[in-house]
Amino acid sequence: MSQKGIVDSRTFNLSVDHIDTDQIIPGQFLTTTEREGLGRFCFHGWRFDEAGAEREDHPFRDFDPARQQVLVAGSNFGCGSSREHAPWALMDFGFRAVISSRFADIFRSNALKNGLLPITVEREVVDFLHAHPDHPVRIDINDNTLAVEGLGNFEFPLDPFSGYCLIRGIDQLTFLLENESEISLYEHENNA
Amino acid sequence: MSEPLRPASTLFEKIWQRHIVRQETEDTPAILYIDLQLLHEVTSPQAFDELRHRGLRVRRPDRCLATIDHSTPTTPPDANGVRHYNTPEARAQVDKLHENCAENGIDLHSWDSPSRGIVHVMGPELGATQPGMTIVCGDSHTATHGAFGALAFGIGTTEVGHVMATQCLLQSKPKTLGIRIEGALQPGVTAKDVILHVIGTIGVDGGTGSVIEYFGSTVRDMNMEGRMTMCNMSIECGARAGMVAPDEKTFAYLEGRPMAPAGEHWDAAIADWKTLVTDPGARHDRLVEIDATRIEPSITWGINPGMVMAIDDFIPSADNAANREALDYMQLEGGARLTGEPVNVVFIGSCTNSRLTDLRAAAALLKDRRIAPGIRVLVVPGSEATRREAEAEGLDRVFIKAGAEWREPGCSMCLAMNGDSANPGDLVVSTSNRNFKGRQGRGVRTLLASPLTAAACALTGRVTNPREIMGAEA
Repeated sequence: MSQKGIVDSRTFNLSVDHIDTDQIIPGQFLTTTEREGLGRFCFHGWRFDEAGAEREDHPFRDFDPARQQVLVAGSNFGCGSSREHAPWALMDFGFRAVISSRFADIFRSNALKNGLLPITVEREVVDFLHAHPDHPVRIDINDNTLAVEGLGNFEFPLDPFSGYCLIRGIDQLTFLLENESEISLYEHENNA
Repeated sequence: MSEPLRPASTLFEKIWQRHIVRQETEDTPAILYIDLQLLHEVTSPQAFDELRHRGLRVRRPDRCLATIDHSTPTTPPDANGVRHYNTPEARAQVDKLHENCAENGIDLHSWDSPSRGIVHVMGPELGATQPGMTIVCGDSHTATHGAFGALAFGIGTTEVGHVMATQCLLQSKPKTLGIRIEGALQPGVTAKDVILHVIGTIGVDGGTGSVIEYFGSTVRDMNMEGRMTMCNMSIECGARAGMVAPDEKTFAYLEGRPMAPAGEHWDAAIADWKTLVTDPGARHDRLVEIDATRIEPSITWGINPGMVMAIDDFIPSADNAANREALDYMQLEGGARLTGEPVNVVFIGSCTNSRLTDLRAAAALLKDRRIAPGIRVLVVPGSEATRREAEAEGLDRVFIKAGAEWREPGCSMCLAMNGDSANPGDLVVSTSNRNFKGRQGRGVRTLLASPLTAAACALTGRVTNPREIMGAEA
């Protein structure tokens, strides 16, 4: 980010709907007990063949993580397994944000907890970006806007709580721990 | 109960209200109390590490229950008692859960436990899953437990850590989707066919943002294992959870289970559980009606669970990009029949369909028959308890005599992370829940179906309507 809360980047396109988390990181790589270094497994089945050799025609051939930190995907991105390894792998692979017309619930929640921005916009915006590869965009989480060069500015819904935490400089677990007395009271009253 | 119920509430609403520690505000989501967290080796290690890093303890180890299921071999130990894991990492992951549970005083059902099993099979069998509870697990098929009238959903590893540390989760309130299913099922049609049909009807993202309540005569007539199969696949249409109101079948299933309430507590529990129904006049945000009498044995043909059809139908044509991509991967021809397609592997198992009634259904077709030459059939019971019951009935011998492999419990070929995978290009008829590209092994083509259909395919070596085999018996 050049400034706080701003991502200035080119886009990288995957114009496929329903990309599930098994595609993002296949199950065979889930035996790790760490969360770092998973980028090498990201979209592994798309990038490598059965023998482990890099495929000639895969979509990531021209991917440049130095300039393309925004993934533009089809609808229902991140469906399937709840594995948080998916956002971990995407971030380690180089992405800072994903733009889609719809995210699967668990993926969206997991992404937000790791600082990977799930940007939900109308299908038309996604279609425009899919028609214009390597397109310059600016994401500003200070005012929840996505600026698409040549198309316009679009507001996206970002969980207000993320902003609340950001402003107070805390994470979600800290917020929960601050409510310890309410939790204890609940347990007491409900004999839990 | 923390506050009086509003009149005419849905089942979901009642459970939600009971578990509010702090109400949702404009800026902050609700704090929801979690009654039970289920743990397994794959999605927990990073959460334990996070707690350690922050100097936190597991707040309520008594509200955690752990098992090993995903990375574990389904082959028996060798003559020296050694289990052969697929990789050293898989063994290390299981060892890590042992350490973490020991350090935090969490009850772990490992190799030495007679209850060990797939997390969503074991929980109900132990009676840990109960009506009215909030249940979470770092596993998207946690909705399975909703079959008991619990609010159960999958979470990511960061949230697993939140629940470990605080026994709570931050949640914005989901919408509710009522799915009313009415009518008697035709012969050869099971709960699996019903849920595949539902997903095909509303689509793989038709439930996004919602909690589903399944109701209607078809659901009432289903046994608990069928209801679990149905709730299990709620995530496959994007829903956060799926649930069924508890009834006499629910209570009968739970009575006498090790972790279920006993004695006077049992009577009090039943009285409370009977209130866990959607009141007359309460409305779901959306309602879908399904005529169960029209559901045929169903099977997927594509690369997500919504790409499903009646088994005797023609494969949809390649008239859009998604279908083209699916048909290309599946090496199937749009407009052709799926029946008759040669099958390489049959997998009967997973948290969707590895319970006793599933195994009985498959065994009924395989009894005194042989599987087709050249195909591989894996039968993997969901738990040690299921395995014992199945073996007591002689189901293991039916499978083995038919030429199938009878394995030890685990997730196995559902996600193939333990080494139980098929070969590139194989066509697998699987009773599991996901037909995503590469899910059962690189280049493997998955067809999701019921245990009955899977058994029929095992016998003929081709995609086969189970009624053809069942009809031969009549």
